[in-house]
Amino acid sequence: MTGNEAMAEGAIMAGCYFYAGYPITPQNEIPAYMSRRMSEENRIFIQAESELAAINMVFGAAATGVRAMTSSSSPGISLKQEGISYLAGAELPAVIINVMRAGPGLGNIWPSQSDYFQATKGGGHGDYHPIVLSPSSVQEAFDSMPLAFDLADKYRNPVIILTDGILGQMMEPLILSHKATKPQSHKPIKPWAVTGCKNRKRNIVKSFYLKEGDLEELNLRLQKKYKTIQEKEGRFEGLFLDDAKIILVAYGTMARVVKSAVRALREMNIKAGMIRPITLWPFPNNIFRRLAIGHKRLVFLVIEMSYGQMIEDVKLALNCRAPVEFLGRSGGGVPTEEDIINKVTKHG
Amino acid sequence: MDKVFSRPESLQDIPTHYCPGCGHGIAHRIIAEVVDELKIREKVIGVTPIGCAVVAYDYWDFDCCEASHGRALAVATAIKRTRPENIVFTYQGDGDLAAIGTNETIHAANRGENLSVVFINNAVYGMTGGQMAPTTLLGQKTATTPFGRDYKNAGFPLKISEMLSLLAGVKYIERVSLDSPQGVIQTKRAIREAFKNQVEGVGFSLVEILSACPTYWNMAPKEALGWMRNVMKKEFPLGRIK
Repeated sequence: MTGNEAMAEGAIMAGCYFYAGYPITPQNEIPAYMSRRMSEENRIFIQAESELAAINMVFGAAATGVRAMTSSSSPGISLKQEGISYLAGAELPAVIINVMRAGPGLGNIWPSQSDYFQATKGGGHGDYHPIVLSPSSVQEAFDSMPLAFDLADKYRNPVIILTDGILGQMMEPLILSHKATKPQSHKPIKPWAVTGCKNRKRNIVKSFYLKEGDLEELNLRLQKKYKTIQEKEGRFEGLFLDDAKIILVAYGTMARVVKSAVRALREMNIKAGMIRPITLWPFPNNIFRRLAIGHKRLVFLVIEMSYGQMIEDVKLALNCRAPVEFLGRSGGGVPTEEDIINKVTKHG
Repeated sequence: MDKVFSRPESLQDIPTHYCPGCGHGIAHRIIAEVVDELKIREKVIGVTPIGCAVVAYDYWDFDCCEASHGRALAVATAIKRTRPENIVFTYQGDGDLAAIGTNETIHAANRGENLSVVFINNAVYGMTGGQMAPTTLLGQKTATTPFGRDYKNAGFPLKISEMLSLLAGVKYIERVSLDSPQGVIQTKRAIREAFKNQVEGVGFSLVEILSACPTYWNMAPKEALGWMRNVMKKEFPLGRIK
């Protein structure tokens, strides 16, 4: 299976009941797969007239309490940002897959990681954060889907799966491991959902708060929620962290190349390690702080398929406790294992 | 003595924020009456727009979902597809339905979504301060057409109901007006039909309601009613379009 198909099947097994999307490369396998499988499962698939319509359909479906998802790629995700802000404001759970391509503008369909800022810092208007997951293999992409829906429901917050064209298009063996979750289409398991006010007071799904103080109250509630998410949901994968002198930091597809580079460096007797953030928001700050406080003279090297976006979060996490170097390419270029090894060995 | 008239159960006992002479209050009440009469209050889900009527949910007493500007029919599509047993309607102004949301409007209609649409045409953007709407008449002065709407710069009043009537997915479209008590009765009949169609599974139904905005027409309420009768109705003729 390709990464795109694995995410689609993962969503179905996680109980996704509603999908709406609009064609854009390199994620077209997701709507194509969903159009067939959702129909087989007697669930809802709509090819929307635009990304705007797709994200707002997801808003409507999420408002009724079902698990809802859309997918797109960078320019299409830009169009969805208003909708994601509304989801955050109305505290609706939903999953959005971004199979990143290179920008800015129309850019091209080569892989890239240049939407990191957009995904992790809010992306749309207002003071909010989506939860951002970044898988680095087809298996992990599949396994991310139930986690994404669970986190979305738990925190009533949009969750973004941030991946790229390589992972989306790549084929790897896949174990359909997790137990299928039945979609809960018509059970009012979410007491806030709009389902018709039978035997209860009416429900309103909204993000509009005109009265003085009300919107501030919503924002304070959101901030409290984000703090809990930051405390509880940071995830990362570590490699050789116990004795590493130089720690390479990368996520998603880039982390696969970095992992090979770290192994090669070890064979050259260079004590390299790796941190791969799995949640990009919340950023796994603690591991950076712990390592920097524990080991003096540690060096960090951030490697991205961008000209430096995640590096800002690494620096914030380290708070000047350790030097942070950078290696990156953008516009479709991917730093190679050789580039990484050269960068490390040149650094000494 | 029998009680022959009272506030509908679907309408809350709250004064509205609308200006004197505005049609929204009447349209809200008509919807509430129709929902009560069809006994669908516990099944209905209203989708409210961006515009003066964004807080219609403060006045109705049934489930409602806000939509971002222009996207009410995308939101409503998903709600209805997910919960076909519910009765889902959108309430949208001319800017929402016929400018920023034209795409969603046309495609929801073209898919033949089994929805009821209440379309308020008052020829102006109310909430933002009286700017030109797609339905603003030629020559009509607004905040953004200070010399009157000129087709050379701003095009012609958009007849979205007539456009939608060409689509195979559309089952019912009627244009009515709130300019008189008779018009109010016609409007209620049309809204009832649009809701009944959905209950019976007929398909996409839309009622365009000509409605006054005295504030941004710079008219007294009574004068505004006269303008609807003598000017607006000539541009937007009433009656069944499909």
